[in-house]
Parts: sequence; C-alpha cells; structure tokens
Amino acid sequence: MWQSALRIWALVKKELLAVLKDKRSRYSLFIPPVLQCLIFGYAASYDLNDVPYAVFDEDRSIQSNDLLFRLDSTHVFRRVANLQRNGDIATVIDNKDALIVLHIPQDFARNLHRGSPAAIQVIADGRNSNTAGIATSYVQSVVDLFNDNWRETHAQPAQSVQVAWRAWYNPTLETRWNMIPSLIGTITLMQTLLLAAMSVAREREEGTFDQLLVTPFRPMEIMIGKAVPAMMVGLVQATNVLLVALLWFQIPFQGSLLTLYAGLVLFLLAAVGIGIFVSSFAVSMQQAMLYAFVLIMPFALLSGLTTPISNMPQILQYITLVNPLRYAITIAQRVYLEGAGIDLLFPDLWPMVLIAAFTLSIATWMFRNKVA
Amino acid sequence: MMRDPSSVAIGIVMPLMLILLFGYGVSLDVRSVPVAIVLEQPSPQSRAVAESFILSPYFDPRIMTSLPAAESLMARRDVDGIVRIRQDFTRGLQSGNAQIQLLLYGADANRARIILAYAQGAIAQWEAQQTNPNVPVVVGPVLVNTRMWFNEANDSHYFLVPGLIVLIMTLIGAFLTTMVMAREWERGTLEALFVTPVKSDEILLGKTVPYFIMGLIGLALTFLGAEFLFHVPFRGSIIVLTGASVLYLLIALGIGLLISSWVKNQLAASQLTMVATYLPAMMLSGFLFDLRSMPQAVRVIASIFPARYFVSLLQTVFLAGNIWPVILPNSAIMIGVIVVLLLLALLATRKRLA
Repeated sequence: MWQSALRIWALVKKELLAVLKDKRSRYSLFIPPVLQCLIFGYAASYDLNDVPYAVFDEDRSIQSNDLLFRLDSTHVFRRVANLQRNGDIATVIDNKDALIVLHIPQDFARNLHRGSPAAIQVIADGRNSNTAGIATSYVQSVVDLFNDNWRETHAQPAQSVQVAWRAWYNPTLETRWNMIPSLIGTITLMQTLLLAAMSVAREREEGTFDQLLVTPFRPMEIMIGKAVPAMMVGLVQATNVLLVALLWFQIPFQGSLLTLYAGLVLFLLAAVGIGIFVSSFAVSMQQAMLYAFVLIMPFALLSGLTTPISNMPQILQYITLVNPLRYAITIAQRVYLEGAGIDLLFPDLWPMVLIAAFTLSIATWMFRNKVA
Repeated sequence: MMRDPSSVAIGIVMPLMLILLFGYGVSLDVRSVPVAIVLEQPSPQSRAVAESFILSPYFDPRIMTSLPAAESLMARRDVDGIVRIRQDFTRGLQSGNAQIQLLLYGADANRARIILAYAQGAIAQWEAQQTNPNVPVVVGPVLVNTRMWFNEANDSHYFLVPGLIVLIMTLIGAFLTTMVMAREWERGTLEALFVTPVKSDEILLGKTVPYFIMGLIGLALTFLGAEFLFHVPFRGSIIVLTGASVLYLLIALGIGLLISSWVKNQLAASQLTMVATYLPAMMLSGFLFDLRSMPQAVRVIASIFPARYFVSLLQTVFLAGNIWPVILPNSAIMIGVIVVLLLLALLATRKRLA
C-alpha cells in the first residue's frame, strides 16, 4: 500500500513536471482562464447599456417632449435621429442605425388631455429578438414612470394594484452574478478534460505508454497518476476564477468554501475521467483532442450556462443528466449565491461520482486489454 | 484527410450536432415557467388574478395557501417565482391600495427579468378584465404598442440558427486547419513536401482546399437546417450569403494557417486557436450576447475579431434582406482582413522554411 502510494507520487511528480516545464504551456494553462473570465464577465450579459433610438414625433407637444426627455436622461437611450417622414423609419432600422424607433402620433397630447388612451408605437429591430425585447421593456418602464407622474399631477386615481417585486439571491438581477460562478466549472472543464486526454494520448503516440505498462506500475496506479495532476491544475484554475469573481467583480460569496471545493473535487474527478476515457479510444493526440472538443461543445451548451435546462425538450434534459458540468454549475451557483449547504447539494454530488467511476473503470479496462 | 475519423467528426458530425443542439436545446424564450401562487385568503378577486396566470402560456402555476410552503419550493428550485396575494387583497382593492407581491428566483438574472415582465403582463391582463364597477380600472394614460420587425413571432431561433454558421466556419476553417497543420509541422512532413519541386504557395493551397470545401458543406447543412427544421425566414439572396461565407471562411483558414506556422506544439496551437477564434466567435460576435450589452472597452476588443462583422451580415441577410448599407461595409472589412492574413501567412511559412 505504502509502496503503491510512493509509486503514484512519483508518477504525479513526473506528470506535473511534463506539463509545467515548458513556459508556453504554463502560460496557456493559467493565463487564458483568467482572461476568459474577465472577458466573459463583461461580455456575457443581457443587460443593455446603450440603446440607439430614433424618434418620429408627429405631435411635437410639450408632453411628447417630456416623454422624450425622460428617455434621453436615462443615459441608456441615445437619440441618433429625429425623423421627418414615415418612410424613414424603415431606413434607420434596416441600416442598423437605431435599435428602436419611437413613433408618437399627432393626437398624442390631445388624447392625454381628454383622458383617452394615448398610444405610442415602438418599432424594434428584431434581428436579435432577445435584445429587442429587452429594449422595449426599458421603454415600457420609462412610460410607466411618465404615467405615474401624469396621474399624480392630473388628480387621476393611482393604479389600483401595486406590484411589488423582490428577487432572491441577486437583488439587482445582474446577469454577471450568475454567469461568473458558472464559469468556475465551465473554464476548468475545458482545460482539465483536454489536459487529461492529451497526457495519455501523448504517451501513446510517442510509445512511452507501453513502456509505462511494463514497469511495476499497476494500471490502476497509472490511472491515478494521470488523474491527480490534471485535477491539481484544475483546482488552481478554479481558484483563479473564484478570485476574479471575489476580488475583481466583487460578487458576494454566501456559502462555505469547503462545500464548494468538495463539489469541485468531485467535478474534476468526473472531468478527468471523461478525458482519460476519450483518450483510451484515440490513436493520436490529434484525435484525442478533436474527440474531447466534440464533447466539450454539448457539455457547455447543455449545462444551463447560457440557457436554463428547464427550457429544453425532455429528451435533451435526460441527456444533461450525464453532463458533469450541469452539476458543477448548479453547485457553484447555489453555494456561491444562495449559500446552500452540502445537504441540499447531495442530488448534484453523487451523479458526478458515478460518471467518474464509470469512465475511469472503462478506461482502465481498455488500456489493459489493448496491450494484451 | 478522410482516412482520419476525427476530421470527419469535426467536419460533418459537428455541424449537425450544433444545429440540433442549438435548434432544440438552446432557447432564450421563456415558456411555462413553474410558479407558486399563494392565495392567503381565497376570494373571487384573488382567484381571478390566479386565473390570469393559469391562462397565460408563459406560466405553469401551482396554487398554494401558505407562503412558507411556497418558499421552500423555491429554495429547492422547484418553482422560479412566487406570486403572493395577501390576506387583505380584497379589502385593499376597495380602498385602492391592493398589493401583489412577486418573489423571483434571481440566481438566473435574465430569466428572472423576463418572468417579471410576463407576470406584470398577466396582472395587467387581469386588471383590464375587471368589470367590477366599484373598482376603478386605470389603464395608461400612455399605451405602448410594440412591433418587432423581422421577427414577429419573437422566436430566438431566428437569430441563433443563422449565427451558427459563424461557429461552424470557425471550427472547420480555423480549428481543424490549425490542428492538421500543427501536426504536420510537428512531424516534419511539411518540410518534406517543401523540398519537392512544388511551390510553397501551391502546397498551402492544396492543404487548405479540403477544409474550404468542408466549410461550404457546413454552410449548406446549416442553411438547410435553418430553413426546413426551424423555418427561419430567408429574406436576402443566396448569392450574398455564399459570398459573405466564402469571405469569412478565407479569414478562418488564414488565421488557422498563421497560428499553426507560429506555434509548433499541437496542444498550444489548439489552445491559441480556441482563445483567438472560437471563443470570440461565440462570445464577442453578437451571436449570443448582443454587443450593445457590453461596456465600451469590450466592444473595442470585439471589433478586432472578424466574427463580429460576419454575424451582423448573417442576421441581416437572413432576417432583413439584402440591405446594402449593412452588407457592403462589413464585407469590405472582411476583405481587408483576408488580404492582411494571407500576406502574413505566406511570409510566416517562407520564413520558417528558411
């Protein structure tokens, strides 16, 4: 037992040396994750902060001016044109000069004073329907404020029902808050899976894997010797991303670090398992890498990172059950934002153990039988 | 190339997989959200509010009577929101200060915000239907009528599926080319070719033509998928689409050649390609996340990557038509990038041989 541990330790040292001795591969392991985290943190957002818009104001009244002034003073809406003709609406939208066009009809102020509904039209560029929807909802909230104000100053009864809302775990509803904790898993998955797959594939391509098999190492020990270094690299990367979240983006951490790392270790075990599993099917480094890549794509897409799993059709929801990233993202978000304890996370922990056990035992079996 | 199953995996399987995954798996549209409606004291009025949630296609409500039970459902993530109608709701309606409380599961911020908007819509719907003369119904005074051009159905597939073309071209053009070329450099088989009387430019051309063809196949597959599986409208012309795609494919190939001539190591080359082409194509192109959501500094970074221009062009050609003021500047930028890249790639290959 002791000897076995010593042998594994020797392998781990050798693997770490092989990965870290080259300056370029050191950089490629630790710099890109932090960069990715920073860029994604700023890029991966659905919150708009610049909406170019054009106005076709046929009314030109004090009231329409007031409404436009409210839009302009949000600092989100940026007026790019005052249109004179109905026909110009199509041009500014088509050419992407404006995301939305606000059309205020001639009878706007008259209707307001008469107390009948005054309609304005919002035309949105639906080429990205998500963005268009968000922009129009911003217009709506400005109009709501205008309405409240109008009712107050014109002695009309206030809206009979008030809707008061509050969001748990993310009071200002910032996309970044759920995106960055999810990246802890996503970024480390890509790198550890590739690293594990490549470390086996490289030895096989260079023929040193066969040499390793004739040494006194047992296949199980070789497997552990390959898995542990990749997991160590993964843990360092996860820590880097966590530090960016805490120190750069300053997203408050609610849970316990111990719980988070317990989840991460299991997740990395599953990721490394899949990496070694893939490499046991590949004959060359190139194949191992391509196979790993073909797997990483659906892992990332079907993880709940960009879109919720509950939006997917049932059959894809079943497929996500074998996706370790799905569990890692749930765990990271829940521990990070909600402060969930390990008891609540149990349903997300055991599937990863199962994935690791399955992939690693198949891989061990493959290695033993291919050589024989 | 065809002898290696992994190339085929990237060239054919990957586009198909992406189309199916993005088409069926990825949707930004929120439908049938599980919510708990807490009626603390059921009355005809509060039931009417619940009814408007039940009728809405956006919600899949559960009626409950106690808030703590609903809160524990949300802590387990079984519901994404709680609509709480308090005991004094009916009384509040008469005195004009009734309140409906919405609690949202905020850990998914985008979803929470969409749910909030739909919930407000459902409540407004109920308000409009109120015929009870004792309750004054206040609508407006200003009403907003929204029209979404190019995507009246408000279907996120309309922009996601065309955007896939950029991902597929990047994968085939840049990623696959880099991998294959880096391998040849690593093994020294490319140098062996260069000592033959064939000119180096011709060799490079010969090496890239198969990937060029694979890229076009990927384009055709995505186009067919978009039209026949997801019924995305196509309002521009196929010639413009093909022309723009050829331009972007050339860019991707150029980047692939360039990276593989700089970085010898396969692992490092693949990492670099990921960071320099694939990730920007996914995150900084406007394909998934709109550039208008990003801070100025990130937008400047995004404008360095050519994927951004191609996505803008794709969305326009598919959904809006042949809008030349969008197509021409974007194409011009892509042509400029091609010229620079090809020159650099040729220089790099020659220098390396010397």
